[in-house]
Amino acid sequence: MSAEKRNFVDEFESPDFYALDDLLTEEHKLIRSSVRDFVKKEITPYIEDWAEKNHFPEEIVKKFGEVGAFGPTIPTEYGGGGLDYTSYGLIMQEVERGDSGMRSTASVQGSLVMYPIYAYGSEEQKKKYLPKLASGEMLGCFGLTEPNHGSNPSGMETHFKDKGDHYLLNGAKMWISNSPYADVAVVWAKNEEGRIHGLIVERGMEGFSTPETHGKWSLRASCTGELVFSDVKVPKENLLPGKSGLGAPMGCLDKARYGIAWGAIGAAMDCYDSAKRYSLERVQFGKPIGAFQLVQKKLSEMLTEITKAQLLNWKLGKMMDEGKATTSQISMAKRNSVEVALNIAREARQIHGGMGITGEYPMMRHMMNLESVVTYEGTHDIHLLILGAEITGIPAFK
Amino acid sequence: MKILVCITHVPDTTSRIAFTDGDTKFDKNGVQFIIGPYDDYALARAVELKEQSGGSITVLNVGEAETEPTIRKALAIGADDAIRINAFPEDALFVAKQIAAVAKDGGFDLILMGRESIDFNGGQVHGMVGELLGIPSVSPVMTLDIDGDTAKISREIEGGKEYMELPLPFVAGCQEPIAEWKIPNMRGIMSARTKPLEVKDPTGDAPKTKVSKFELPPAKGDVKLVDPDNMDELVNLLKNEAKVI
Ligand SMILES: Cc1cc2nc3c(=O)[nH]c(=O)nc-3n(C[C@H](O)[C@H](O)[C@H](O)COP(=O)(O)OP(=O)(O)OC[C@H]3O[C@@H](n4cnc5c(N)ncnc54)[C@H](O)[C@@H]3O)c2cc1C
Ligand SMILES: Cc1cc2nc3c(=O)[nH]c(=O)nc-3n(C[C@H](O)[C@H](O)[C@H](O)COP(=O)(O)OP(=O)(O)OC[C@H]3O[C@@H](n4cnc5c(N)ncnc54)[C@H](O)[C@@H]3O)c2cc1C
Repeated sequence: MSAEKRNFVDEFESPDFYALDDLLTEEHKLIRSSVRDFVKKEITPYIEDWAEKNHFPEEIVKKFGEVGAFGPTIPTEYGGGGLDYTSYGLIMQEVERGDSGMRSTASVQGSLVMYPIYAYGSEEQKKKYLPKLASGEMLGCFGLTEPNHGSNPSGMETHFKDKGDHYLLNGAKMWISNSPYADVAVVWAKNEEGRIHGLIVERGMEGFSTPETHGKWSLRASCTGELVFSDVKVPKENLLPGKSGLGAPMGCLDKARYGIAWGAIGAAMDCYDSAKRYSLERVQFGKPIGAFQLVQKKLSEMLTEITKAQLLNWKLGKMMDEGKATTSQISMAKRNSVEVALNIAREARQIHGGMGITGEYPMMRHMMNLESVVTYEGTHDIHLLILGAEITGIPAFK
Repeated sequence: MKILVCITHVPDTTSRIAFTDGDTKFDKNGVQFIIGPYDDYALARAVELKEQSGGSITVLNVGEAETEPTIRKALAIGADDAIRINAFPEDALFVAKQIAAVAKDGGFDLILMGRESIDFNGGQVHGMVGELLGIPSVSPVMTLDIDGDTAKISREIEGGKEYMELPLPFVAGCQEPIAEWKIPNMRGIMSARTKPLEVKDPTGDAPKTKVSKFELPPAKGDVKLVDPDNMDELVNLLKNEAKVI
C-alpha cells in the first residue's frame, strides 16, 4: 500500500528543563539524534495515514533492523547492539515519539522475543534466531495472554504433551502484537505437570494459525492477532531450556516495561511540543492563547511531569545496567510514565481546541494508542498491586 | 580506493545566531553542532563508493577537541578512521594548508568536501587545497562516479549543467543530489567507539585574516495582511508606507 506522505512541521525540541542531558554520554546523544532522524524520515510523515487506514507497514520491520532498534542490549555476537539500558530507553523514547504502535513492534521483537531466546535459549536457538530477528529478516511475537487469562496469566490453559520425539501443543492466545505477520512466536504453555515453559513456534507448522484482531481504535499501525494451536507438533529442540515457571515470561515483561517507561514519555514529549508551539501561534481575544494563565498552567504541569519522569527513567536505566532494578521499581516507572503521557495527551489536545481532534496533530492518535499502553504489560491497576505487595508484604491480587 | 572526506563542525541550521566579544566571535551557547550538511553529502557518497568498490575512508576536521562528537558521528556513518588537526579554524587558507599537509603524503585517490561550510560559507577551501596539492578541484559537484582512474562528474552551472571527466586524484566540493544523507545505525555507533581518531598538531602557518566584526541582518518588522479584494489598500501601503513602488 502506498501511504500518503504528509509534511508536518518537525522542529521538535526534546524538553530538557533540568539539563538532564548532562547525565548522558556523547554516544547516548548520538543514538538519540540518529533514531530521531530515522523516525522523522521513516515514520512521522506517514504515521497518521497508516493509523487512519489501520495499516501495519510491513516494510518498517527491515528498516528497524537496519537502524538497530531490535534488541539493542543483546550482545553483538548475536546481531544485537551491545548497548546499555539508557541507550535502549532513548531508542524507545524516540520511536514512541513517532508512535506507540511502532514502538510496540520494536519492544515485542527486542524484549519479548529476542530477550527470552537470549536469556533462556540454547546456543543453537540463539544462533538460529537472534541474528535474523535483529536484522528484521524475521518478525517475532510473544504469546502469553489468553481469552480467559489476561491479568492472571498463571491460569493459562494452553498446554503441551510430550509425545516422545516432539511436543503436541494445544490452546489459544489473544491480543498478540505482531502475530499476523510473525515468522516465529515465543509461546508460553503448561506441560503435563502444569509448569509454564516457553516454546518457539514457527509459521508454517501444521495446526498453527494467526487470525488478525479487527476493530481496534488503538495502536492502529501495529498489527494484533490471535495464536491458535490445534495439535501443533513442536520439535523438542524448540523448548527454551534455560528457565521455566511464571518467572520466565515475567522476566521478559520487566525488560519491555522498562522500554515503555521511556517510550510513553516520548509520546508525552511529542504532545507537549505540539501544544507549546500551538499555544504561541493561536491567537484568541487578541493574544496568543499561551498568554492565558490557564494555558500556562497546563504547559507548566506538563513540563514538570515530563521532567520528573525523565529522572525516574534515567535512574532506572542505571539500575538496569547494574542488574539491580526490581520488578516493582519497573512497575512504578511504567505506570507513572503512561499516566503522565495520557494526561499530557488529553491536556495538549484541549490546548489545540477543535484542531486537536484532527489528524493534523498527533494528540488523538497518541491518546488512543496510550489506552493500549496503559492496559498491556500489566494494567495500570495491576502495577499498583505489585507496588502495594512490595510496600506491605501482602499480595492483594487474589 | 582511498578517500579523504573533510568535515566541518557547524551550528545546526535552526540555531539562533548571536555574537560575543564585541561582535567578533560566534556565541556557541546552547547551540547544537552538526556535520556540515554539504560535507554530510560528501561523506554519504564516499560510503557508497566504498560499498561499491571497497577501499577506505578517512575523515578530517580542523578544529578543537569540542568537534570530536561530530567526528565520531562521521565514523558511525561509515568512515574507517579520523584525523583531527588540533587548531581553531580561523581562516580558509589556514584550514586548506592543514588539509593539504595531511593529504600530501596520504595517497588519497579522492578528496571530498562540501561545496561550502554553512557557518562562514566561504566556498574556498577545496579550491585552495587543489592548488596547494597541484591537482584539479571542482565544485559544486552533483553527481560523481568512478570508472578505473577516471571520474565522471556533473556540476551545476549558471542556467544549466556541465558534464566532466577527470583523472584521479582530485578535490571535489559536493552538494545534493550526489547522495542521500546517511543516518548512523546502532551497530555503526558501537563500532565507532573503537575506530582510530588521531589528533595531530597544526602546521606552523599562521592565519592571515582577522574578523573585525559580525553583523546580523536587521530584525524582521511586523507583517501586515491585506485582504485580496482590497488591492487599493495594498498599493497604498507599498507606495506610502513601505515606499517600494
Ligand atoms: C493492543 C494490545 C496488544 C497486546 N499485545 C500483547 C502481546 O503481544 N502479548 C501478550 O501476551 N499480551 C498482549 N496484550 C494483552 C495484555 O497484556 C492484556 O490485555 C492485559 O494483560 C490485561 O488483560 P485483559 O485484557 O484480559 O484484562 P483483564 O485481566 O480481564 O482486566 C480487566 C480489568 O480488571 C482489572 N483487574 C484484573 N485483575 C484485578 C485484580 N486482581 N485486582 C484489581 N483489578 C483487577 C484490570 O486492571 C482491568 O482494569 C495486548 C493487549 C493489547 C490491548
Ligand atoms: C572569519 C572566520 C571566522 C571563523 N570563526 C570560527 C569560529 O568561531 N569557530 C569555528 O569553529 N570555526 C570558525 N571558522 C572556521 C570555519 O568554520 C571553517 O572551518 C573554515 O574557515 C573554512 O571556512 P570556509 O567558509 O572558507 O569554508 P569553505 O571553503 O566554505 O568550506 C568548503 C569545505 O571545506 C572543508 N572544510 C572547511 N573547513 C574545514 C575544517 N575546519 N576542517 C575540515 N574541513 C573543512 C569542508 O568540507 C567544507 O565543506 C571561522 C572562519 C572564518 C573565515
